[in-house]
Amino acid sequence: MSNADIYHEMIIDYSRNPLNYGEMENPDVSYHDSNPLCGDSIDIDLKFDDKKVSDIKFHGKGCAICMACSSVLTEIAKGKDIEEVKNLEKNDVLGELGLENLQAVRIKCALLSLKVLKFALYSHMAKDMKDTSDVDKLKEEAANLY
Amino acid sequence: MQSAQYSTEEIRKDFPILERRVRDNKALVYLDNASTTQKPNQVIDAINDYYKNYNANIHRAVYALAEEATNAYEETREKVAKFLNIKNHEEIIFVRGTTEGINLVAYAWGRSHINEGDIIVTTEYEHHSNIVPWQLLVKERGAKLAYIDIDENGELKLEQLDEHLATGKVKLVTFSLMSNVLGTISDAQTIISKCKDAGVLTLIDGAQAVPHMHVDIEKLGCDFFAFSGHKMLGPTGVGVLWVRKSVLETMNPFHGGGDMIREVHKFETTWNDLPYKFEAGTPNIADVIGFGAAIDYLSKLGMDKIREHEVELTKYALEKISAVKGITIYGTKDISKRGGVISFNFSDVHPHDVAQIIDEEGIAVRSGHHCAQVLMEKLDVAATNRASFYIYNTKEDIDALVKSLEKVARLFKLE
Repeated sequence: MSNADIYHEMIIDYSRNPLNYGEMENPDVSYHDSNPLCGDSIDIDLKFDDKKVSDIKFHGKGCAICMACSSVLTEIAKGKDIEEVKNLEKNDVLGELGLENLQAVRIKCALLSLKVLKFALYSHMAKDMKDTSDVDKLKEEAANLY
Repeated sequence: MQSAQYSTEEIRKDFPILERRVRDNKALVYLDNASTTQKPNQVIDAINDYYKNYNANIHRAVYALAEEATNAYEETREKVAKFLNIKNHEEIIFVRGTTEGINLVAYAWGRSHINEGDIIVTTEYEHHSNIVPWQLLVKERGAKLAYIDIDENGELKLEQLDEHLATGKVKLVTFSLMSNVLGTISDAQTIISKCKDAGVLTLIDGAQAVPHMHVDIEKLGCDFFAFSGHKMLGPTGVGVLWVRKSVLETMNPFHGGGDMIREVHKFETTWNDLPYKFEAGTPNIADVIGFGAAIDYLSKLGMDKIREHEVELTKYALEKISAVKGITIYGTKDISKRGGVISFNFSDVHPHDVAQIIDEEGIAVRSGHHCAQVLMEKLDVAATNRASFYIYNTKEDIDALVKSLEKVARLFKLE
């Protein structure tokens, strides 16, 4: 992918004016992670209502791709059933921004927030479980997202 | 050594990679020399020559190839000694690089000299390789790590060193001679003389300094000195740890194995002489020989000439880059106190985005935390862009960098 394809209007706009940016008061669950090589760092706060994600916010430091993908991801997740959010895949986020062919070195920028969201969700799910082996399996999958 | 007239045009002919076109047929502008430098034909040929003509293990066999290989390997030790004014060749240990050198000290010296309550002092502008080994050590030994902070110019607050030394518990002060992010050149003479007065040992991380300026270890008077070959035209996987003999003699081996022994019996072993006691196993023979060729190349140019060239480039770059609207440059503006390393941020555009956009123009700069997260925290940034220069860079390279920043401004709609 050339830069002209990556740094298009939507990426720049979302990165400069990110959606759902900020911290939440009294979230039901929060999760944080970072990319060790580049230092990108994302926090996601979630609130649930029945079986739905009623509110989601993110904050942190990252490049334009990381910020734009976090914006898009939080928009996708908001209002969705937990089950649907659980099943979100890479291309649900990348496709939204035309980044399916992003080079390997930047894919971790694009998917950091998806990884954080999944871990947030799984930690929430594990709260009331006695046997967390199913969730542990999901966590393992999410850890290898990129 | 007498150096010839300094000509980047002539120098560039020795570096085949600088002819390369990258991305959309753009000329390569390589500005990531603090990370690793390119290699001249002389170094590449020396490595090839060894593998093609006299490849053999060293220090053991008696046949012709082995003798030639041993001589070439040991010749590099002599070149290192001459290059850095080291009187005693036994004090020069070949390692993989600065990181291994520092870890060797933390392991082989630290574990027998650092005890509960002792303090090791490092600085805020260290590379992770001069922080993490000490964190591991103090945790294991119940000791403490303390820092010398930097001031707003990116220089060390040396009064804090006095405070640390006054506790009477400091056993080692470790610092880089040149910061890999800010380019700041440490006031090594002052630090070392304070430490000597207090009877405290000093370790210098010379990874960024040795490639770019004249270093005289005898004159510095430190106790440990580590640096890497690949940041000074040499191949990767070779570095040097120098340790003052009186200290080296108090150290246990780092790795056990072949070459480091005198006699091995079923349940005990006696050690080989210095420095071989610390070079276990078959070393990186080819690359040590290549490293020797790199030292020859730099010696021929002359380290003072190299420093002069980089001062001129850095002055030019500081002026040109800081003239771009929205640029923040970190570190001192005093050229006499900095090397050819310029870290900057461009408005609120993330360094990865800047680096990727200018890469399309053939420009290679580093973006990220540069293995210096303690410093990034201090500067209150997640990352920076870093342009760093070497013997073959030109003012045109800097012009190309500045021009490419215009593209970033356009894409990100900066004013």
